[in-house]
Order: sequence, then C-alpha cells, then structure tokens
Amino acid sequence: MTEGKDTVRIAAGQGFWGDWLEAPVRQVRGGPIDYLVLDYLAEVTMSILQKQRTRDPAAGYARDFVTLMERILPDVAERGIKVISNAGGVNPRGCAEAVRAAAERAGVGDKIRIALVTGDDILDRLDELTSAGEPFANMDTDRPLSDVRPQVRSANAYLGMQPVVDALGLGANVVITGRVTDTGLTLGPLVHEFGWATDDWDRIAAGTIAGHILECGAQSSGGNLLRGWRNVKRLEDVGFPIVEASPDGSFVVTKHEGTGGVVNIASVTEQLVYEMGDPTTYITPDGIVDFTTIRLKARGKHRVRVSGIQGRPRTELLKVSVAYFYGYKAVGSLVYSWPDAFEKAKAADRILRKRLKALGLSFEQILTEYVGVDATHGPLAGAPSPEIAEVMLRVGVRGPDRAAVERFTREIAPLVLTGPPSVTGFAGGRPAVEEIIAYWPALVGRDKIEPFVRVEMV
Amino acid sequence: MATTIQLRHLAHARSGDKGDTANVGLIALAPEFYPVLVEQVTRKRVARHFKGMVSGVERFELPNLLALNFLLHGALDGGGTLSLKTDAQGKVYSTALLRMEIEVPRRIAKRALEMAS
Repeated sequence: MTEGKDTVRIAAGQGFWGDWLEAPVRQVRGGPIDYLVLDYLAEVTMSILQKQRTRDPAAGYARDFVTLMERILPDVAERGIKVISNAGGVNPRGCAEAVRAAAERAGVGDKIRIALVTGDDILDRLDELTSAGEPFANMDTDRPLSDVRPQVRSANAYLGMQPVVDALGLGANVVITGRVTDTGLTLGPLVHEFGWATDDWDRIAAGTIAGHILECGAQSSGGNLLRGWRNVKRLEDVGFPIVEASPDGSFVVTKHEGTGGVVNIASVTEQLVYEMGDPTTYITPDGIVDFTTIRLKARGKHRVRVSGIQGRPRTELLKVSVAYFYGYKAVGSLVYSWPDAFEKAKAADRILRKRLKALGLSFEQILTEYVGVDATHGPLAGAPSPEIAEVMLRVGVRGPDRAAVERFTREIAPLVLTGPPSVTGFAGGRPAVEEIIAYWPALVGRDKIEPFVRVEMV
Repeated sequence: MATTIQLRHLAHARSGDKGDTANVGLIALAPEFYPVLVEQVTRKRVARHFKGMVSGVERFELPNLLALNFLLHGALDGGGTLSLKTDAQGKVYSTALLRMEIEVPRRIAKRALEMAS
C-alpha cells in the first residue's frame, strides 16, 4: 500500500483480444496514468486460445500482447506505470516468459518485475474435484459435467482481485494472469493502493464497477455509442477510458486531453448496461454489486463522476469456465443482385437444401439468413424493397459429423453455375470447416481453488 | 391525447450476451420518458415484440440510470461459439427493440421529436 495517495489513475488498454493496438501506446504516452489494464478474455476467446494450445503447447496466450509490451515497456519503466493483464489466457506462464524476453530485447530487463498468477487452470484437477463432490453442473442446463467429460479441453476458475493485490504487494510492475475476471484487473490495484479491506463490500463493489466501465475499452468513451453517434468527434483518435479513483470508492471516468471520442452520462450508461443480468445482483469472485445504487453526475467536459455504489458479501462459490469439443460448423455465403435479388437468394437456398437432403446429409442445425433483409432483426425488419440492390445469402450448418459439414462446404460454389442468376461474391473460395469448442459454465467451491493460486516473479 | 411513437425516439440501448441469452439495456433519452418506458415497455409487450425469436423475457428496472434491462432467453441459436447467426453475440438486439411502437401522451411525443431535431 502506498500511503497518502488520494487519486489512482487506471487506464484501459484493450477491451478484447483484437482491440486497437495503438490504444495502450497512447494511454501510456498521452498523459499521466498509474496503471494500464488490458482485458483480453471473453468466453469465446478462451476457447480460441485453447484450440491454439492444442495445436502448439507453447501457444494459448494473446501473442500480440507480447509485441505490444515490447513497444511500451521502455515507457512503462520510465514513467513508473504498472501493467495488469489477463493476456495469459490458458498459458500464462508461456506469456510471462515471452514478456520477460521482450523486456530484455527492449533493454529494460532490469527495470521490469513480472508477476505470474497461476492456479485458475483446473483441468488436471477436474476428476479429483468431481470425486470430491463438485458436480460442475452446467449453470444454464443443470446437466452434470460427466455428459461431456471426455470432450473437455480446458477448465478455468474465475479468480478475483486477490492474486493481483498479492502480485503488486511483491513489487511487480507487470502482472500477467490467466482467467482473472475483467473487473479484478482494476479492483486489484485499488485495493493495493488504498488498503481497502476485502470485506468492505461497498468499496469492493465500487472498484468492480470501475473495472466494468474499463473492461470493454472505448465502449465507454464514445466507441459503439448509439446515443448521438453522429456527434461523436474524432473516433479515429478515440481516447480509451481512464478511471480516477478516490479512497472513498467514488471515481471519475475520463480520457486523455486532446483525444477523440466522448465521455458523458450516455457513454458510461451504455457500458454499464452491457451484458447485464439482474442488476441488483452482479456476482463476481470479490463481492456482489447492486447496479441500482450507482449515481452518475456530469463533472465538466469528458468527466463523469460515479458514486453511491453499494455491494454485498461475496459468495463461497467461484465460476468455472469449461471448454469442451462440441462438433463442427461452417458458414457459406453468396451475393445476389437486382433485379429480384431477394427472390433469387431464396430460390438458391431452396436448391441448396434439396441437394443437401438428396446427399443424405443431416445436421443439428441449418440456419439461413438473408443479409440486407433479416440477418440482424429477423422478421421485425419487415419485407425488403422489391428494388433492393443486393442480398447476401448466408447459410450455416452445425453438427457432430465432420464429413457432413465438409460436404456442405462443397455445395456453395456449384450454385454459381447451377442456380439462380446474377450471383457473385464467391471469390473467397470454399468456406472453412470450424471445430466448435463450446463453453460450459459451472460453479466450484472457493475453498477448492484458492489454496492452489500462486503468485511468482518471472 | 395519446399518440404512437417508435422507441428509438424515446430511448437508446446497448446489448450483449451471456450464453444463449441476449440482454438489452434500454435507456431513456430524458428523465420524463422513463416512467413511460416503465409503464409501456412491459415484459409481456417485449415478449410479443420478439415472438418467434426468443423463448422467454425477463425485465429489471434501474431508475437510477433511467434504464430497463431485458433478458431475452434462447435468442442466440445456442450462443457463443455454437451459434450460426451473424449476430451470434446479440450485439444488435438492442436496435431491434428500438423498433417497437408504444402509445405515449402527445406532450411526450412532441418533446421526443424536438430532441431529435
């Protein structure tokens, strides 16, 4: 804990794996910050990383995080900024070692102290834990994990802020984790800096909301903002959000001077409701947050004050994300032009389905969408104009049989010469067959996980 | 006197996903619109709006943010990596809700159209 600090500035660097690579560089160089937090992990991301690790045991983390770190580590060292990220994915050790090598290459190896957090990966302990009475029942379907046990590829418990706090306590200036919650990345430094008690539920809730506002990057500072979107200026230079936190749990959301985008009540509110469930009961490993207690106040240009947040005690359970092999899918598309674009696309779909049937192929699901007509709003969009310029036919299949999905991918291109006219947009070639790694949300006793969490310097 | 108006003139929205459930956070564009949303944009009406697209709807109120949160269950063809949909993660269900038409007092409609111009 740093005595006497009355404001801690935490800057968002990435909102997901694949986010704007310039953002963290600009956050580090564009003004004063104390921490840079980079969230890389979504449910879908974990399964992609898992696929990569299956192919190459050295992979399984966000590799572009390493490239990025090599670029910013000299600034981080010079300015005394600390970096916290869950870029480690399903291989945090590999990630930490790669960042260590990047620090050496950048010539700041002696100034960078990397902490590695492990213990979230419970794949090797899954059967032992199941025997000990943890059913890992699917939170959505109640099915026991035994249904899919042979197909399981990874299992990670969601850790909270504690290992981040511990890592900072050890003097780390770079903290690399696996499945630490998005919000824990921000709450950790606040608990470390302000010395908050981990059962001070209102402050824990406040730091969690700060994390929620930062975890999707520019989505709280003008990116993807619906309200008044035409008036959001200079998104090409969008400033990612920065939280200026106070010891009492209140904080201001802002961004660096001179950057584009906007921080206002609307931009913060849209992020607050993003991925929301029951707003009175937002459950994290660190505590439960009541979103109905949040107070927002505009405090000058690009400044929104957030206060009043109340929380409740954490539960004795942690969420677990299990990734398992589900089957295969492929999606193919063709574009039909005016005149009668929609009718032609519908005719092509009928022909395709008859051919699939004649081939004796069956799928768990065949989904047809007409992009330009119904892909995003379904029947709510109403009938398209008969003069519509073009319609994209987009057909997807999903099933357990790889050969059937593979055969489907060979039925798209033939429609060009054997189906309705005025068709284009097939230059990309045959659609790829994708392996589906599905997500199995479950719960596990906190006491089964926390004793195994380790923080070590790399 | 009441008049019919599309929700997009009264609210903005953002959506996200959790498994096969999409959420839509519907946020009033002005404080005086919020009670109208609470009264008119009921769980039942939203379920009817999304008929055939979702299997169930829940609604929660956040008066502090002038917002309603809707959970649209079974909206994403399995969701996550399973879904074959373009909008597999429910990112634009929010705008689909804004198509809904509701009955509002004339003064509310007038105020909404003033704000738009």
